[in-house]
Order: sequence, then C-alpha cells, then structure tokens
Amino acid sequence: MLQLVRQILRVGIVTEAAPDPDASLRSEGERIHAGLLRLLGRALAIRQVDAGSCNGCELEIHALANPYYNLEGCGIRFVASPRHADLLLVTGPVAAHMKISLERAWEATPDPKLVVAVGDCGCTGGIFGESYASCGRVANVIPVDVAIAGCPPPPLSILRGILSAVAARR
Amino acid sequence: MRMSDTPIEFEPLPGAVAGGLCTVGEDWWSRLAEAFADAGTPLASLWGSDRRDLGKGFVVHAAYAADDGLACVRLPIGAGPPEYPCLAARFPAAGRMQRAAFDLLGIRARGAVDARPWLRHGAWPADFFPLRREADGARRFDIEQERYAFVAVAGDGVHEIPVGPIHAGIIEPGHFRFSIVGEKVLRLEERLGYVHKGIDKRFEGMPLADAHRLAGRVSGDSTVAYAWAHAMAAEAIAGITVPPRAAWLRALLLERERIANHLGDLGALGNDAALAFGLAQFSRLREDWLRLNAGLFGHRLLMDRIVPGGVAIDVDAVALAQLRAQCEGIGTEVRRLRAIYDEHAGLQDRFQTTGIVTPQLAATLGLGGLAGRASGQARDLRSDLPVAPYDQLAVRRAGDVRGDVAARVALRFDETFESLRLIGEIAAQLPAGATRGALPAREGFGIGRIEGWRGEVLVALECDDAGTVRRCHCHDPSWQNWPVIEHAVIGNIVPDFPLINKSFNLSYSGQDR
Repeated sequence: MLQLVRQILRVGIVTEAAPDPDASLRSEGERIHAGLLRLLGRALAIRQVDAGSCNGCELEIHALANPYYNLEGCGIRFVASPRHADLLLVTGPVAAHMKISLERAWEATPDPKLVVAVGDCGCTGGIFGESYASCGRVANVIPVDVAIAGCPPPPLSILRGILSAVAARR
Repeated sequence: MRMSDTPIEFEPLPGAVAGGLCTVGEDWWSRLAEAFADAGTPLASLWGSDRRDLGKGFVVHAAYAADDGLACVRLPIGAGPPEYPCLAARFPAAGRMQRAAFDLLGIRARGAVDARPWLRHGAWPADFFPLRREADGARRFDIEQERYAFVAVAGDGVHEIPVGPIHAGIIEPGHFRFSIVGEKVLRLEERLGYVHKGIDKRFEGMPLADAHRLAGRVSGDSTVAYAWAHAMAAEAIAGITVPPRAAWLRALLLERERIANHLGDLGALGNDAALAFGLAQFSRLREDWLRLNAGLFGHRLLMDRIVPGGVAIDVDAVALAQLRAQCEGIGTEVRRLRAIYDEHAGLQDRFQTTGIVTPQLAATLGLGGLAGRASGQARDLRSDLPVAPYDQLAVRRAGDVRGDVAARVALRFDETFESLRLIGEIAAQLPAGATRGALPAREGFGIGRIEGWRGEVLVALECDDAGTVRRCHCHDPSWQNWPVIEHAVIGNIVPDFPLINKSFNLSYSGQDR
C-alpha cells in the first residue's frame, strides 16, 4: 500500500491544462460545459456503440479516459445504457448485422439526443464501404449530428467533435 | 510433428514464411488431419476459395502449425455437392471455421455435428454465398431479425442471462448467453459475427497497392501484425526479399504494438478487479507510448506503416535515442507497478484461480498465442520459426502453466519486458540501407504468418498477374481462443466473466471479418 501511495505521489497530476494541438480547447471545453449544464442541467452522458469498427476507434475513445485527457473532468462520462444517455457515440461502418441493434439503441435514447459518428468509416463507410454486409456510414441508418474524420481520429479530435455536437445543439 | 514426418511431399511455400503446400484427395485430407491431431500439432486455419472460374472448382485449405513450418493442405472439391470431410472431431477449433466457410462460400463440412450458421445472421439469405465468384458483393438485402438456436440448459433454478450484442462499455459487439444457477456459470455460449463487414469479398479485385490498408484494418489493435503478414504474403508472390533495414523496422513496429496492447490490458485488468489506480497508471504509460508513435512514425496505432516491399517510415539517430530512452523510462515504471500488482492482496485474490484453462484443455482445444503460453502451450513464432530479424534477436519465450487470469497477467508483464529489451536491441543493431523495394506484379499464392501480440496472425493471398487480389484470407488467433473462454468460465461466478474475458482480450472484428 505504501508503494502504491508513493507511486501516486511520484506521478502527481498529469492532466493537461491546455492540450496540444489546440491550446484553446480547455477553455472552450469549460465554456461548453457551462452551456451544457444550462442545456441539460447536468453532465453529459455518452453511450458508445461499436456498430462495426475494426476496434481502432474504440482504442482512442478509451484513451479519452486516461489522466491526460481526463474526460470525466469535463463532466462527460460513459454510461451502460442508452436510456441513460444524452449522446450516442457511434463507430464503424454499420455492419448489416448491427443495423437493428443500432436502431434500437437510438430509439431507446431519450430526446433530445445527439449522435456523433466517429472515424472515417462512421463518416463515409471508409475502406469497407457499402456491401452485402455493410450499410456504410452511420448516417445511412440513424440521424447524425456531427461526424469526426480520421482513421482513427486521435482522442483530441474525438473530444472536439463531442463538444461541437453539444455546442451546435445549444 | 514435422511435415517431413508425413509420407506426403510438401512443396516449399514461397517467401519468408517457413512451410509447405500439398494438394491431396479426401483420403489424405483426413489421414493428415488424424496424424497431426495425434501428434498434438494445432490447426492454424481453415478456409475455402472459389477457383471455378479457372476451371478448378472449389478448394478448401487446412493449415497446421507443424514444428518445421506451416503445413498447408489443399483439397480440391470435385463435381457434385460441394463438400469435404469435417475436421472438427479432431480439431474442435475447426468447427466455427467450417461453419464460416459454408456461410461465405457454400462448401459444407460432411459429418459436422454443428451446422448452424456462424457468420451469417439475418443480413443475407441462406442461398447467397458472397465469396462465390459470381456473387455480387455490392448487393443489398432486407435485414431480418434472426433466431439462433442456443443450446438450452434445463434444471432446477437454472436461468439464462443474455448479454449483447451491444455491451455495457466501450467494447466490440457480440452476444454471450449465460446459463447460470445462483451466481455460478453452468454454461456460456458465444454468438459472434455481428461486425462481419465482408472484408474477404472487399479484397476481391483490389489492387495490391491498396490491399495492405484493408489488411491493416481487420483488427485495429493488431494492425502491424496484419500488415506485416499481408506484406509477407505479397512479397512471397512477387519473389522479393525486403531490404534488411525494412525487416528490422517492421520488428520495431511489431514490438511497439505488443507493448501498447499489454500496457492497455494491464491497466484494464487492474480496473476490472476494482483497482482504478492500475488503469490510471497504465493508461498514462500507454498514452506516452502512443504519443511517441505519433511523433516518430506519424500514427498513434502505427496503421499503414508497413507496406508491401518494405516500410513507409524511417528513423534517425535522434529518434533511436528517444526510443531507447522511452524503453528505459517505461521499463522502470512497469517494474514498479508489477511489484504493486504482485503484492496487492485484493487484486491477487481476484486474479488467482479465476478462469483456469489447464494445459491439457488448452492442448485439446488448440489455445494459442499469449493465452496459450499462459496455459503451458510453448509456442511463439518469434522464437520457434523466426523470420528476419528475429533470427538474430534470440527472443526469450514467456510461459506459465497456471492458466488463470493471474498467469495471463504475468505473461503480459514478462512479454512487455522482453519486448522492451528487443526494441533496445533493434535500436542498437539497426542495419543501414534502403527501407523499401519494388514489388513486381505476379500471379501466385503466398502466405504470411506473424506472431502478433495476441497470437499468430495468418494471411493467405492469391493474386493475378495484373497485381490484383483474387482471394485474401486473414486469420485472427481469436478463432482458436474464443471457444476456450466458454470453458474457462465454467464454475466461475458471473461477475468474474468481464475479468476472464479481458484477460484473453480477443478480437471480435478479427474473428467476424
């Protein structure tokens, strides 16, 4: 236990006040968070849905929770049920086998809801395109508010996209 | 068992991969399977191809991980019903691969006990076989809600917990059907295939110059392993050897991918056992690691850095110094964290004796890769059949026989330290020279096989003389390991399932393709 406490003290707080490459992001984030509280009266709850990704986008969404990005510090958290969510964060081309599940998750999310599509596949279908097994981009299946390009988009791009979706709704 | 122990003549596979190819009839298809099974040689992969447009009918391949290389057995399927003898009785891992081969190509394993669809749910009709040459891959069908015949468990107080396809976390989709009594798992049945994206069909007709990008997206966490295996297959067909510097840089990328995944898993495993401290610490180290990837190689996950013919990156002396310094720093931190993990009673209580796969069960079911090594399956391509530059690196294979979550955690620590050492060696010995050679377009068949962080990634590639892909089969080690989780959870409590599952950390996308 002593080692554990020592390690915590040794590392200190690594959360970045103004992460690169956009130095204004944190203040922008705080401004949007204040607006988000006005809009929703609480923090932002996200339900992530992998609708067919290669798992690359998930790795970068996971990274948002690390101490550098400290997503929860922005009042944003991931929830287990779409019924608890304000925003669906959807990755992948929508695999045909995931179409019904994605539609159900969207229907289960209470209004007013936001949808953010993550990654080149979510934006356009990406390298997988449309086929017997793929419905292509997320917007082909459910309405999308913001789409974040990149393969995969780095964590900051995803964070910026989430904040843009909230800001646009406001 | 070695290929040379069989009475069959294997023609050497082209390129860097050790192995051979033979074409047999049904009799030897079954007899070779018996021989390899008797000797405990695992099945590496099974897949079918449509060669009717070449006047050759369907073919099915079984590849075995023989001691002297990959033994690739090809069975042409004659006229009449497209069938071949089932291998699942001797190789349980073949069951799902055979079901997938039927869903995609319409070739049936004769005598198979389980003939339920595997990759096909309700998205395309039962008489549409996407991998047949005449099938139009762009065709769209009405998607129907499927009914899948899960095996039911009956008895006093037994009930089912259905989980997924969408999971309660940031995880890939799949369905788990638990039959439980109280908190105890009596049976788990997996239903996968939800993220089937039609990758095999997508490869058809793709120029080789683009195909490596698709191969690198079969499973995003193993993009380096897939890109290398794909490049190895393409280079085998082209008849070229990559420049030495390119081979060494590939190993650098592969070991960096291994460490990135191990750091992520070690944090997640601590977190799944309620030690949030572990996640905070390891996710910080992983982020440092990925940021140096972005800085030196231009991509955090290293996608598209390996290309057929070589690599698309290079490093200078400054970069090598940075790489070495980071290995030293991360090594110190991981050693410190290992001591904390090892001495944390609460964590060890959750890890030890949870989700056990005994070495005997592992051998029977063909458990491979990292999970296999944690259950006494001493196989690692980097040390057993090393390709350049591993033939000069003397990789020390990690191993354990406990087969529980604790063993799979220990393997990740051990392999992290070994990979840190390898990166140091690579940085010290990196040869000078070109990083990429030309790739002439040639017709042919080639195989690539790479020990990714999860296990063996295999790519079997067929090209035409214009340099386009005829068929590309990408095999993820998760095929062998997913069925083993069904056994690993028996008798454990439901709340330990996420921990057990994470300790394997298998790919859904790689399995579903």
